Amino acid sequence: MMDFAFLMDTIKQLLAALPTTLGLFSASIALGGLMAMGLTWMRFSRIRVLVQFSKAYVFVFRGTPLLIQLFLIYYGVSQFKIVQQGFMWPLLRDPYYCAVITLALCTAGYSTEIFRGGVLAVPVQQLEAGRSLGLSGFMLFRRVIAPIALRQALPAYSTEIVLMMKATSLASLVTVWEITGVAQRIIAHTYRTMEVFLCATLIYLVLNFLIVRMIALLEHRLSPHLRPVKVPANLRIRTQ
Amino acid sequence: MDVFELFGFGAKGWGGALLEAALMTLLVTLSALLIGAVFGSLVAWGKLSKSVPAKVAGDLYTTLFRCIPELLVIYLIYFGGSSLMTAMHHSLGGEGFFGMPPFLSGAFAVGVISGSYQAEVYRGAFHAVSRGEIEAARAMGMPRLKLFFRIIMPQVMRFALPGLGNVWQMTLKDSALISVTGLAEILRTSQVGASSTHQYFQFFIIGGVLYLVMTSISNRFFNAAEARVGKSFRRAIG
Repeated sequence: MMDFAFLMDTIKQLLAALPTTLGLFSASIALGGLMAMGLTWMRFSRIRVLVQFSKAYVFVFRGTPLLIQLFLIYYGVSQFKIVQQGFMWPLLRDPYYCAVITLALCTAGYSTEIFRGGVLAVPVQQLEAGRSLGLSGFMLFRRVIAPIALRQALPAYSTEIVLMMKATSLASLVTVWEITGVAQRIIAHTYRTMEVFLCATLIYLVLNFLIVRMIALLEHRLSPHLRPVKVPANLRIRTQ
Repeated sequence: MDVFELFGFGAKGWGGALLEAALMTLLVTLSALLIGAVFGSLVAWGKLSKSVPAKVAGDLYTTLFRCIPELLVIYLIYFGGSSLMTAMHHSLGGEGFFGMPPFLSGAFAVGVISGSYQAEVYRGAFHAVSRGEIEAARAMGMPRLKLFFRIIMPQVMRFALPGLGNVWQMTLKDSALISVTGLAEILRTSQVGASSTHQYFQFFIIGGVLYLVMTSISNRFFNAAEARVGKSFRRAIG
């Protein structure tokens, strides 16, 4: 039997935690995206130390579970006196910022690989065309490489963003009360697992659906040249 | 206590416990992968079939389990299973709380998620099998089951290998979440060790290194397997 009053109450309680989830999500995506850009730049630089650093970073952060990274930063880093006296302490003391930092560090590793794939997909001819027009360095990157690479990387990046939305749930394990954490608390209090699960699932489904649709829309906007051209009727040439 | 004593195999060392934990992670990941293979192939079958309800059910499964946080699925199966088992226990005249075994519920939860990713891998691999070969087998009068086991499955397994490598890595990392049910795998054991010795940093670093070792070994393994499969493909063509 479905108890609608309980379902509505659960949804209300879960929605109260929505800002926390969205805050974790957007902050870590923005921060992680920036870091990934830096790491991708290092990967394509000619300086060996930077290339090796970028490779090692991706290896470590993609090779370990996010949860152990989170515990390492929340419990591990703060055990040192030098950190407790350092300027980062107000951030590292707070589980919310620890979660943001860890999520950002982790997504930076995955995104670097995605961005690298995008850059590798830039056709050589386009680079040559850009160079022959006198573009170089940052200009070449901004006008030629970045726009093409971004569009190439979007489908894979949308998968990564959905994974990040799911990953915000781990913050509940370091006492940040986002949606999954609140759901777990309600389950522990009421033992009505199925109903609470349904409500939380509904919220995540809507969130992820919106993200996927938004990125599909962005992809559509960024690739007008790949679609067949719509010719107005009065300009159509008769072929027969 | 120095690092060698802490992570060694002596009376106070955590080396043995951590190695056991690594074995547990390996076991639970393998079980999850197998459970996922069953779910994944059933779902892929549904998505590829001509029946509309089967298609819809398959699509629903893959969309749902790739959208919901893994932690939520683990809670559903662990808590939901526990209350179901307690209710059954009570109806048989028993008393008290009856918990789900952590290994079983964890492997099942991660397996269900792994299945949604495996379904897509198998579906993609099936599309890569050449139509002509299936038609040829049909023309020779091969029955459906034989066609599946002799023609489709061997090729699907080959084409699915790179995708399965990714799913394995993902499942291995998801297995860390089973620690919330108290199963003594790598993360849980590191947590216990860390809180009883207050050496959080060292324990989580060691735990991370164990995962890194496992992912890099399995990477090597899958690369070698792909190279081997690739060899037979080349021979078939030229």
